[in-house]
Amino acid sequence: MDLKLDHHSEDRLTIVEVEGEIDVYTAPRLRELLIDLVNKGNFHLLVNMEKVDFLDSTGLGVLVGGLKRVRAHDGSLELVCTQERILKIFRITGLTKVFGIYASVEEAKEAHGRDK
Amino acid sequence: MATVELTFSALPAHVRTARLLATAIARRTGVEESLLDEVRLAVGEACSRAVEAHRLHCPEEPIRIELCDDSGRFEVIVTDVAPSDELEQLPERAPFRFDDPLGQLPDTLVSGFGIAVIAGLADDVEVYPSQKGMRIRMSWPAAAGGLSPV
Repeated sequence: MDLKLDHHSEDRLTIVEVEGEIDVYTAPRLRELLIDLVNKGNFHLLVNMEKVDFLDSTGLGVLVGGLKRVRAHDGSLELVCTQERILKIFRITGLTKVFGIYASVEEAKEAHGRDK
Repeated sequence: MATVELTFSALPAHVRTARLLATAIARRTGVEESLLDEVRLAVGEACSRAVEAHRLHCPEEPIRIELCDDSGRFEVIVTDVAPSDELEQLPERAPFRFDDPLGQLPDTLVSGFGIAVIAGLADDVEVYPSQKGMRIRMSWPAAAGGLSPV
């Protein structure tokens, strides 16, 4: 399955919807989107990974790169993910300590609202 | 003797093909369904690393993957011909440090990072780096005799 990307803004939060496979072939498209969003002043990103079928270290690198960019603007990049097979790679790499990972978009929005 | 051997050009698009093939053969070999995601990810990581290394050093050379059904084990060997020692020495590709991922990890694939992921996934992993290339061998338990072809 290819990668589908979409995004929309709610208040100060930009929600990035990702569907499909994030790998060495498709990850550059996600990287371009995240860079574009940051360049346009979107510094609080929420990446919804509930429809992601596959994620490898290239994809992790892109997410970490996005996090570095938004943090340079005192922003945030958080994730929505409940799929065990995706969460496993975050655990293996220790990145569960780096990203805020939520069970739903609503939960993430609530947490983001509290942190404002 | 390998059940299946595949060589492919160092193009990111082919990595998906390689991991789909590996998953299909793992299933037919009798690897448990619960392990198939690990096979898919580990093979994808090994092939991605090889593709990145070849694109850096020898884009014209193919990458080889061997998939073997070896007496109750499903074995995968990914071989590239890029000089892995030189690859590891590049400052931006230094091995990943789990205690400082934001400081260490660039946007692109980090060789050591992919291998660390493979080590966390495969039941049994051996990495042989050399100036002539890297060979990653990984294996998982499979049903003795495998499954019958559908």
